[in-house]
Amino acid sequence: MTANTEIFQLLPHLVIGVGIVLSVVIEISTKKSESILPWFTILIFVFAGAHSIINVYDYQILFGGMYAIGGVTAIFNFIFTIGAAIMVLNAVDYIKKSKMNFGEFYILVQSSVLGMMLMAGARDLFMIFIGLELMSICFYVLAGINRSRMGNTEAALKYFLLGAFATGFIVFGIALIYGTAKSTSIDQIVFAYEYFITDVLFLTGLALFVIGFLFKIAAFPFHMWVPDVYQGAATPVTGLMSTTGKAAAFSVLIIILSAVFTQNITNNFEILFAVIATLSMLYGSIVAIAQDNLKRMLAYSSIAHAGYMTIGLAAGNIESVSGIIFYLTAYAFMNLGAFGVIALIEGSNEENLDINSYSGLNSKSPILAGFMALFMFALAGIPPMAGFFGKYYVFVASIKADLTWLAIVGVFSSAISVYFYLRVVVYMYFKDSTSSIIIKNSFTGLLAVIISGLLVLVFGILPDTLFSIITSVLSY
Amino acid sequence: MIELIYLTILLPLLGFVINGFFGKKIGNEKVIGLIGSSTVGISFVISLLALIETINLPVEQRTNVVELFTWMSVGSLNISFSYLVDQLSLVMALIVTGVGFLIHVYSIGYMHGDKGFYRFFAYMNLFIFAMMNLVLGDNFVVLFLGWEGVGLCSYLLIGYYYDQKFEKGTVAQAAKKAFIVNRIGDFGFLLGMFLIFETFNSLNFLEVFSQAKHLTGAESTFGFIALFLFIGATGKSAQIPLFVWLPDAMAGPTPVSALIHAATMVTAGVYMVARASIIFASAPVILAVVAVIGLLTAVFAATIGLVQTDIKKVLAYSTVSQLGYMFLAAGVGAFSAAIFHVMTHAFFKALLFLGAGSVIHSMHHQQDIMHYGGLKKYMPVTFLTFIIAAFAISGFPGLSGFFSKDEILWFSYANGNFVYWLLGALTAVLTAFYMFRLVSLTFFGEERFSHDKYHPHESPKVMTIPLIILAVLSVIGGWIGIPEVFSGEHGNVFHNWLAPIFLDAELKLAYYGAHSHTEELILMAISVSAALFSMYGAFKIYTQRREIAEKFALKFKKAYMVLLNKYYVDEFYEATVIQPIQKSSEKFLWKIADNKLIDGIVNGTAVVITSFSSVIKKMQTGVAQVYALIMMTGIAAILFWIILSL
Repeated sequence: MTANTEIFQLLPHLVIGVGIVLSVVIEISTKKSESILPWFTILIFVFAGAHSIINVYDYQILFGGMYAIGGVTAIFNFIFTIGAAIMVLNAVDYIKKSKMNFGEFYILVQSSVLGMMLMAGARDLFMIFIGLELMSICFYVLAGINRSRMGNTEAALKYFLLGAFATGFIVFGIALIYGTAKSTSIDQIVFAYEYFITDVLFLTGLALFVIGFLFKIAAFPFHMWVPDVYQGAATPVTGLMSTTGKAAAFSVLIIILSAVFTQNITNNFEILFAVIATLSMLYGSIVAIAQDNLKRMLAYSSIAHAGYMTIGLAAGNIESVSGIIFYLTAYAFMNLGAFGVIALIEGSNEENLDINSYSGLNSKSPILAGFMALFMFALAGIPPMAGFFGKYYVFVASIKADLTWLAIVGVFSSAISVYFYLRVVVYMYFKDSTSSIIIKNSFTGLLAVIISGLLVLVFGILPDTLFSIITSVLSY
Repeated sequence: MIELIYLTILLPLLGFVINGFFGKKIGNEKVIGLIGSSTVGISFVISLLALIETINLPVEQRTNVVELFTWMSVGSLNISFSYLVDQLSLVMALIVTGVGFLIHVYSIGYMHGDKGFYRFFAYMNLFIFAMMNLVLGDNFVVLFLGWEGVGLCSYLLIGYYYDQKFEKGTVAQAAKKAFIVNRIGDFGFLLGMFLIFETFNSLNFLEVFSQAKHLTGAESTFGFIALFLFIGATGKSAQIPLFVWLPDAMAGPTPVSALIHAATMVTAGVYMVARASIIFASAPVILAVVAVIGLLTAVFAATIGLVQTDIKKVLAYSTVSQLGYMFLAAGVGAFSAAIFHVMTHAFFKALLFLGAGSVIHSMHHQQDIMHYGGLKKYMPVTFLTFIIAAFAISGFPGLSGFFSKDEILWFSYANGNFVYWLLGALTAVLTAFYMFRLVSLTFFGEERFSHDKYHPHESPKVMTIPLIILAVLSVIGGWIGIPEVFSGEHGNVFHNWLAPIFLDAELKLAYYGAHSHTEELILMAISVSAALFSMYGAFKIYTQRREIAEKFALKFKKAYMVLLNKYYVDEFYEATVIQPIQKSSEKFLWKIADNKLIDGIVNGTAVVITSFSSVIKKMQTGVAQVYALIMMTGIAAILFWIILSL
């Protein structure tokens, strides 16, 4: 197959790429772009997501080994696009009420998703870097899209400064890897991984590269930006950054370390990942207890969840990869759902973020309270919600890798985290309403919450459907 | 229809979802009642069609597995939501949906006007859903999910009138008691399950049982598994020592007592023992324990039933006693007799409870039989059906209870010994006595209630029609299990139907009793005539010569008080288990462990966290450089670690 026709294999990417251009045209040419763009965006996302998951078994390497489609990449693309679609659905009314209804919001979301897809499909370090920058730059702008609010601008600036700082290490890592391996092709690196890993420069390069992505997944001690940025950014944007952004970073970590996962090579980073996982879980769970602001609480909880997934990296076997991917899928929908509820309740100027705003929610809106409880139970890892199986698969994998102590720490940390998740439930159901919050009716917002809730339940009741797909495509 | 069996499970779930989430909005009792009962009714029809289809299959093809989906599959642990459709599960499914449907219909009338009408039907549907999972599941995990699910529904429905008083405490306390006592049993069941997985590396019924059939020499393992499972059964099926919750469970609405605490849920333990018959058969010692516990419970509860004055309490102790019979049957290896009694008992005990509900309904929730009397002329249908059920449970020849009870008594002698039979027959005599004491005090004799306050009347048709259907079943329900002494060689249809399920267990137990039919007839004649005499005696005493009973009570005051206070078992548990736990909880766990230790840690952590957050707050004045510094420190540490580890 020549390069000319290979491009058509990338139909989802093409659709989104052309969609970005079309969106710009729509934005310029019509005054009604605010009512067209969200649905156009959702449409291309759903198409791309459906196309990816239908062709999940069609694994191909394209462009002379630069890029892959199908297999694990397709599952990641599914998470990115469907997650982003839910987020856009949630944001339709939200960005209207917070007066930031600019067309570029949708264009930026589309571009960031394209960046993530490039990251997940890349088989070359430069390709990864291009995808990463596309995603990150869009995120920097998205974080500060509400220009009129101070917190927003602060979040964007901090995210940009620290993000750029972390990117510097990634580039430095790439340089060191290229210097020792004489190639940027991941296939080559993975192929000779065992040979290179004894080289201190390669090891250092790889470590710096991994550290850069640990920043993106918000693992301890590279998490400092998370609370500020998550709290400052607009709620749907936070939802997107915390779920799909994290998934994209993990897709790169899984690819770069795939030699460890698939070939039974000693995991040099086992102790490193184990320590980082432990610290992230405990730090995230303990500090989250003290938070009264729900967005901030979920920010710390996202650090803890990064920790659980890092357990999978420490375990370094094929089961742990499937565990991480399942976890990412589950986490994407339960977190998007939780942020979706927050977005509906917080009011036009984000004034109702305090946990007290949730007291007596059940009497005001039983549907929202019910779904929020569902997401809290899911995040806490209580069956039959999807969150339980995410943790379960990762813990099983770590026990298999003789890291039983790490699984015990994970369970311990989950037990701590139950406190602050259930605290929300207690406020919603057992406290009388103290504030006079008016919940604005938003059909699309509610729909986004319901879809996420159903997905969390479906993946929780039928975990094996997704899990068996993941395990079977991992054999590629 | 076999492959559609999952509908029998999903339909009640659908009913629960509709009534539970939208019931308040629907508001209309007729619609809610229709949704609630029709889902169960359709499930019954599907089960019935599946039964017919199974009957038409050759015997060796009657075990079918319907897989819905794989729940999780990790390593050797493979758990799927699949359902086992075989002779045993079909019988149970028919009892659950059939009797369940009648009770749902009855409830439309009984619960009329209640403010939580939709809540009641939602819980009832949820119960049927859980119970169907319990009886149809093809592995221990699904069974356990159903097991816990029915426990939850039982808790919710006992506590249905959560804001009312019940005896010395509240309804909520009664519900809590049921839940906690059941937890003890469930813990045993869980241990049994763990041990099964440890031993057989599977939790699937067919795999475990076929392995168990060939496994020899592991008697102690089998013993422990059987013991743990039986502990679970004693909790759910209210046997000694965990029976104390069932009488208190009467705090729930009467249809709940009929459905959950008489006909279906409490028989789950018997079903589980029968299902795992091969495991119990491989542990003969534990099987003997099952028999003895069952027998003791039967006698024990029957004696308490003699003196109770609350109509539902009498029936509750009668249920405990009849459940004891079923365990006696299972314990002597007569598993099909146990299931047969489960079925007939479901008919007549549900009828008794529903009849009692009809009486309570018309007497404005008065439950004391001392304030009844002469009700037969006011409510003829209730009276007629109630007395049929009373005849059936007392073992009147030809009625359903006679066949099932006498089968158990016969096997307790043939496979067991004479003492088993004697105590079993004694229980039958006691049963006949307290049932006819109940009937006489309620429906006969002078009216002991004030006409100003009470206006007894017959219940509406929606309540009496289920009574009539159950009465018919109580009469003819036993005719499918007529013992061979009357029906000839291989004439017991019910036994033949279930025989393939229990074949392995029976082969392993190898009872080759050389007992003649003459022996059987003699024993039957003795027990039946004793029961008939006891019925007549009770009727005579309580309709015409009440003073005899009073004299008796005075003469044996001590014994009478012991019985009236239920052998002081509740007080005994209170003193030996509950009080010590509460005292030590209060003195040690609360005052020392909780207040000092845990609160200390929590408050200490809180202090640490607060200072922690204030440190973080200081960093969050917008100084991104500090963040970068911390990152840098982390990176430096990792790089140092890499260099040092090389």
